Amino acid sequence: MVQEGENQESAEQPAETPAPAEAAETSTPAPKLAPAAAHGAEEPPADPLEKLSASGKELLDASLDVLKEFSPEASALDDIPQVIIEKQHALAACQLMKDDPRINGQMLLCLACVDFSEYFQLIYVLQSLEPERTIVLRTNIPYSDATIPSVSSVWKAADWYEREAHDLFGVDFDGHPDPSPLLLYDEFEGFPGRKEFPFNEYQEF
Amino acid sequence: MTQTSENIVPNAEPVEMLLNMGPQHPSTHGVFRMVLWVDGEKIVDVVPHIGYLHRGSEKLCEGEQYNQVITLFDRMDYIANFNNEHVYVRAVEKLMGMEVSERSEYIRVILCELNRIASHMLFIATMGLDAGAMTPSMFCFRGRERIQGLFESVSGARMMHNYFRIGGLKEDVPDDFVAQVREVLELVKKDTEESDKLLSFNEIFLARLKNIAVMSAEDAIDYGLTGPCLRASGVDYDVRKAAPYSVYDRFDFDVPIGLDGDCWDRYYLRVQEVYQSIRIVEQALDQLPDGEVTSSLGRRLLRPPAGEVYVRGENPRGEIGVYLNSDGSDKPYRIKVRPPSFCNLSALRQMLKDSWIADSVVILGALDIVLGEVDR
Repeated sequence: MVQEGENQESAEQPAETPAPAEAAETSTPAPKLAPAAAHGAEEPPADPLEKLSASGKELLDASLDVLKEFSPEASALDDIPQVIIEKQHALAACQLMKDDPRINGQMLLCLACVDFSEYFQLIYVLQSLEPERTIVLRTNIPYSDATIPSVSSVWKAADWYEREAHDLFGVDFDGHPDPSPLLLYDEFEGFPGRKEFPFNEYQEF
Repeated sequence: MTQTSENIVPNAEPVEMLLNMGPQHPSTHGVFRMVLWVDGEKIVDVVPHIGYLHRGSEKLCEGEQYNQVITLFDRMDYIANFNNEHVYVRAVEKLMGMEVSERSEYIRVILCELNRIASHMLFIATMGLDAGAMTPSMFCFRGRERIQGLFESVSGARMMHNYFRIGGLKEDVPDDFVAQVREVLELVKKDTEESDKLLSFNEIFLARLKNIAVMSAEDAIDYGLTGPCLRASGVDYDVRKAAPYSVYDRFDFDVPIGLDGDCWDRYYLRVQEVYQSIRIVEQALDQLPDGEVTSSLGRRLLRPPAGEVYVRGENPRGEIGVYLNSDGSDKPYRIKVRPPSFCNLSALRQMLKDSWIADSVVILGALDIVLGEVDR
């Protein structure tokens, strides 16, 4: 998976290189679960939850209770409450978050995949319409085992998001009904979303 | 599959056929291709193919400085450029914990709402064309052209404005901006009313759109539909009301809601939204404060602190979300856009199943997709 791009490192902008190195440093001592914002590790914020509103904290507590069997970690994505879990529990956790009336994550707003060069982070942004509120579920996926259970059975919206993440990052979604390429063409080689992919070069179509 | 054929031609041998539509088909509104499995005139299944316009915008953002990314956002939803710029600059401003002058925010909202009107007018025009009505498109394009002219006087470009800056705007609006907008609004209102009268309750138009591709509220939420497509199914959800951003909480406007969740609701809701947007712009013009709009940050090399934000906004096509991750350098570490059209389009398969081939064009048209945003 890491075969291409290694010799093209020099083609990358110099400003980009410190970031993955920094992220790698922080991730090595704790490969299991890295801090939410891997970059800010040098000066950890006083309290990651300080920006949360009262209702946000309430929602966070409720979700920690709902997911207690998966030993969740409380955190925050800026002012949105966030729960970090391990990847093998993703499917069960998403189902619980959707079904539990206290969280009511009836809508999957966004599924973002972020490449930290040693591992990926998947960010599920869940939305409840009644009452209106948002919560984030986050999980880490190591490069060596880039597989995660698919949540397309929980939300139909996850279908295309997962295909997109599979296309661009090479994350495999276990149990996805149709993992064929969505944004790229069938013969495309490599994973263009990854940091290692040289975007100054292109493949002949 | 056999059941459907039996419904149409009893006792006939089922014959399935593959019908390719696009990517150069005029009614796919861009480069979109779908492969229809048809049984007679009935659609059995559909496989949408997207990605013809995939430019890797999110990856390109990682190679540009924060101020340069604005132009890339212009090119995602190219019908609603201002709305896209707005959500991006708000994301960076939130990351940097920055306050923006009132005047900038008001001008941004005015331009965004005008852009919503222009986008919806394009939709109304093409919806009419898809259903076979030629005349309403003339009124709508005339109105849209007036707004585009206004945008040109403000930003220098009809599309791809690159006018919003982090911390403010590129420059202040022309001196006669308020008078110009008022004049254009009056004319646009007339244009919309004219096409509304011609099209909305026309019997043929109703026959083409009513009870076509009905989506229940549960399905719409499950598919992550947002914007007019979600509200047509009767869900009262608009980011401008649910989580007010910018100065939207200072305006009095309604969020139109559909009843049946069919194509006609999706169409008529947008007509109503045009009137609501006109209301917002009128109020914003009345309240428009004086002050500074330019910020030196727009020209400087920005290095936001390390961190991440997720910012939402209401685009003409639905809810746009921007996840922005910064590592403290002068370029974003990762930008992920939640494009409204992408989710809306993913529901196409369910909408098209068991409908007629002739309806496929209006069903796709009523979703109002922009392929630049779907493929990024």
